[in-house]
Amino acid sequence: MTQDYQLDHLDELEAESMFVLREVAAQFERPAILFSGGKDSIVVTHLAAKAFAPARIPMPLVHIDTGHNFLETLEFRDALAERLGVQLVVGSVQATIDAGRVREETGAQASRNRLQTTTLLDTIEEGKYDACIGGARRDEEKARAKERFFSHRDDFGQWDPKHQRPELWNLFNGNHMPGEHFRVFPLNNWTELDIWNYITREKIALPSLYFAHDRKCVVRDGVILAHSEHLPHRDGETPEMMRVRFRTLGDLTITGAIASDADTLEKITAEVAATRITERGGRVDDKRSETSMEDRKKEGYF
Amino acid sequence: MSTTNQNSLLRFTTAGSVDDGKSTLIGRLLYDSKSIFEDQLEAVENSSRKKGLENADLSLLTDGLRAEREQGITIDVAYRYFATPRRKFIIADTPGHVQYTRNMVTGASTADLAIILIDARHGLVEQTHRHSFIASLLGIKHLVVCVNKMDLVDFNEDAYQTITSAFRNFSSRLDIPDIKFIPISALLGDNVVEASAKMPWYEGGTLLSHLEEVHVGSDRNLQDCRFPIQYVIRPQTDEARDFRGYAGRIASGVFKVGDEVVALPSGMQSSVKEIFVGADAVERAFPPQSVTITLESDIDLSRGDMLVRENNQPQSLQEIDAQLCWMGEEGLNPGVRYIVRHGTTEVKSMIREVLYKVDINTLHRNEDDKQVGMNDIARVRLRTASPLLADDYRRNRTTGSFILIDPGTNLTVAAGFVS
Repeated sequence: MTQDYQLDHLDELEAESMFVLREVAAQFERPAILFSGGKDSIVVTHLAAKAFAPARIPMPLVHIDTGHNFLETLEFRDALAERLGVQLVVGSVQATIDAGRVREETGAQASRNRLQTTTLLDTIEEGKYDACIGGARRDEEKARAKERFFSHRDDFGQWDPKHQRPELWNLFNGNHMPGEHFRVFPLNNWTELDIWNYITREKIALPSLYFAHDRKCVVRDGVILAHSEHLPHRDGETPEMMRVRFRTLGDLTITGAIASDADTLEKITAEVAATRITERGGRVDDKRSETSMEDRKKEGYF
Repeated sequence: MSTTNQNSLLRFTTAGSVDDGKSTLIGRLLYDSKSIFEDQLEAVENSSRKKGLENADLSLLTDGLRAEREQGITIDVAYRYFATPRRKFIIADTPGHVQYTRNMVTGASTADLAIILIDARHGLVEQTHRHSFIASLLGIKHLVVCVNKMDLVDFNEDAYQTITSAFRNFSSRLDIPDIKFIPISALLGDNVVEASAKMPWYEGGTLLSHLEEVHVGSDRNLQDCRFPIQYVIRPQTDEARDFRGYAGRIASGVFKVGDEVVALPSGMQSSVKEIFVGADAVERAFPPQSVTITLESDIDLSRGDMLVRENNQPQSLQEIDAQLCWMGEEGLNPGVRYIVRHGTTEVKSMIREVLYKVDINTLHRNEDDKQVGMNDIARVRLRTASPLLADDYRRNRTTGSFILIDPGTNLTVAAGFVS
C-alpha cells in the first residue's frame, strides 16, 4: 500500500477502465461485452467483474464464432461464462453464410475475418445492444490511435473517423438516436506490456494457446500458422512440429504464432518486454493494405 | 496494490505544427526509448520511400487514417505510449493547424504536463501564446518550454536566453506554477534523451529525465472530499441480499472507513462502513481510484448524488459563470437548450448571456463580437434546470468541468470551466 496517495500505473489504468465500464452500465439500456476469447477481452471481463462486485456483471458476453476458432478458445469461453454466471450470446458466421447473407471468400488468402462484420452487426441488431464493449487498444494499430473511449456508430454500424465527438476529461457522451450504437474501449490506454503485467499481477487465467506448446504448423510468407482442416495447404507446404505460442488469438487461418519457449506468465512478460515486433505483426488480415484496419473498422468491424 | 511495479503514469500533451519539429521530437522520444517496433519502422520507411522522401517521416507512425496519409495532415488528437524503467507515459499529440483549439483543449484536458516547442530561430510566435494560454486555461500545472533547433543557431546561449526571458515576461499573465526551459535539437537528439555535448553552458537535465522526475502527485486535490456516485450496486443474490454499494471514482479528497459523510443534494448524514476495490476491502480511497462505498445507515442514493464532508461542501449552482471552448461546427445558438453533462449528472440548460470572447493570441477581451463559433473561447452565464454540485475549475478539475451536448444532434459542442 502506498503511503503518499500515489497509484502505480497499473492501478491507475485499472481505475480508469472500471470507471468506463460503470459509465456504460449507467448510460446505456442494453450494453454487451464483445468477447473474442483473446487476452484483451479476458482482461475486460476481469475488470467488469471487479467494477460490479459483489454483483454479477450486468451485461452478456457476446461472441462471434467464425467456425474457424481454436477449440481451446471455445472451451475457455464456456467455462468463464459459467464461472462468472454471465449470459453468453453466440453469433455464428456459418449461420450467416448458410443464410446467404455473405459469401465465403475463396482463393489463397481466403479467411472469414471480414465476414464476421455482417454476423457481428446482425447480432447487435437482434440483441438490440446499444453499447458493445471491446478489448481494442490504441497502441495496437495506427487506425486505432485516434479511437475514443465511447465511439459512435451510425444506424448501419459504421464508424466515421473524421467526425468523432471530442472527448474531454472523463466526461463520456453516450447520447444517441434509436438504432445507433456505441463501441466502447475501456483498454484504450493500455499497452501490450501493461496487459501482460496486469494478467500476471491479478493471476488471470488464460487459454493454453498463449503459452509455449508443441504444435503442427506451416510457415507461409514468413508467418507461422497452425495446421488445421480449415487451412488449405499450398503447393510444397508440409506441416512440421514446432514449439510455439500465440501473441493474439484470432481465427486459426490468420493468426500467426511465434517460436517461443515461454511457458509461464513471467517468461511471456519478459519476452514481450524485449520484443521488437508489434503483436499484430503476425496478423495476415492487417497486411492486406496500409489502411486495412481503418477500412474494416468503418464497415463496423471490432 | 502492486509491489513489483511501482512506477507511476505521466500524461502529457504536445502541441505544434509540422514545421516546429514536434513530430521529430516525439519520434526521437519513442525511438531513443526503444518504443518503436521494427515492423512499425519498416512500414514507415516503406511509405516514406513511396512518397519520395529520403528520411523516415515519423508522423506516419500515427497519421494512420487514409485521409491523413493522402493529404499529409493530422486530423485529430493521436495518443502514443512509451515507457522507461522509471515511468509510463501517455502522449496526447495534437495537431497545430485546423481546429487547433478544439484539439488542443481535448488533448490537454487529461494531461498533467504540456510541452511547448519554440523554434530557436524565430522565438515566440502567435502559436506559442495560444498553446500556453490553453495549457493555463485547462489548469495544467507543469509546462516544459523546449527551445528547439538549437543546431541552427550554433547552440548559442544568447539566442536561448533571449527566448527564455521573453517567455518569462509573457508567462506572468498565465496561471502555471512550474515552467521549465530546455534547449534541444530534436533532429540531432541533443538534450532529448542524451545530454548535449555542444551546450556546456546548459546545466539542467534532458527532456526525458525531466519527464521521468517531475512530481505531479501533489497536483491532486486531497483536501476536498468529493465522491460523485456513478452507479448503484445491488446484487440481490442470496449471499449479498442486503448489499447496497455506491460505485464511483474519487474526484478529490481522501475517504476513510468510519468517516462522517453528507450525501448531497439531500443533506442526509451517515458514515463510511466499507470501501472496496473490486472484491477487496481497503481502509481508505483517494483520487483517481474507482471504488465501491457502503454506508452505515440505510439511505437511498442514486447516480448524480455526491458524498462529501459536512464542513467542506461544493457550491450548489443554478446560475453558472463559466468559460466555454466552443467545439461544434455550428456556432452557439442562444435559443437551444443545451444539455450540460457534469460529473455523473445530465441537466438541461439555457445560455443567458455571452459576456465576452477572449482573443486566444493576445488574451484581450472582446465585448463587441458575441458570435461564438468553433474554436472560440468565451465567457458565458448559463442557467441549469436544477442545481449542479460544482467547485471552481482551478481548485477541482473534475467537479469544475462540464461539456455541452446539442439535444438535436447529440454532439458534444463545448467544453466548460466553472469559474
